[in-house]
Amino acid sequence: MAAATFIIVALIAVGSALALILKRNPIHGALFLVINLACVAVLYLTLGAEFLAAAQVIVYAGAIMVLFVFAIMVLIPGKEETGPDPRRAVRLLALPVGIALFVQLAIIVVGRRVDGPVPPAPPGGVESLGRLLFTDYLFPFELTSVLLLAAMVGVLVMARRRPS
Amino acid sequence: MIPEAWYTTLSAVLFSIGVVGVVVRRNPLVIFMSIELMLNAANLSLVAFGRRYGSAEGQALVFFVMAVAAAEVAVGLAIIVAIFRARRRLSVDDLSLMRW
Repeated sequence: MAAATFIIVALIAVGSALALILKRNPIHGALFLVINLACVAVLYLTLGAEFLAAAQVIVYAGAIMVLFVFAIMVLIPGKEETGPDPRRAVRLLALPVGIALFVQLAIIVVGRRVDGPVPPAPPGGVESLGRLLFTDYLFPFELTSVLLLAAMVGVLVMARRRPS
Repeated sequence: MIPEAWYTTLSAVLFSIGVVGVVVRRNPLVIFMSIELMLNAANLSLVAFGRRYGSAEGQALVFFVMAVAAAEVAVGLAIIVAIFRARRRLSVDDLSLMRW
């Protein structure tokens, strides 16, 4: 049952990722990316990471993708990639390079596999994650808030219309 | 219990697709979405490794990656909008100012 769920969700994830890079219209790509993010959230659930699954849907599929769709609407794209590609031969090289990268990653995954019993999941789920974030990772956690503030100010400065 | 090699293999597939997307596409918005795809693949393997070793540290790392990704997307989209305002075109082939 769990294996069947994994295979179905993994197939949907790979298919939507392929559709993202193959579809010419960026809006379609964005919607396929939402499907992909939802599939990854389901995989987080099967791994026992409930908090991350919720955060994935809220932060990625919610906030980040809304930002993407908004930017696509503002910039009216879809007309950039219709003309003939001047560097088509070079770009087609990306396919064998990508396959070679996958083969290397697969060799690492298979070669470094750790055998032995799987230890039980940390008790408490969200509780253990929260305890970790507010004890061992407290300093990076606070740094994250500073990073988000800096990003917000930077975006406001960059997106401002300069008086010319 | 699904072996964690399945998750890492799926993560490798998604990461490779993201790399191909970054190289093949000409629209900077789609390139950005491919980068998000790669970040998600890395996150998936982090959670799988954390589950394999029975600790929540992998999930804590993924939490930070999500926060950094949110900041990165906001700044990146602002840069793309600024470039579009300056040039009225949106293709990475035009952006060769810093080419060596």
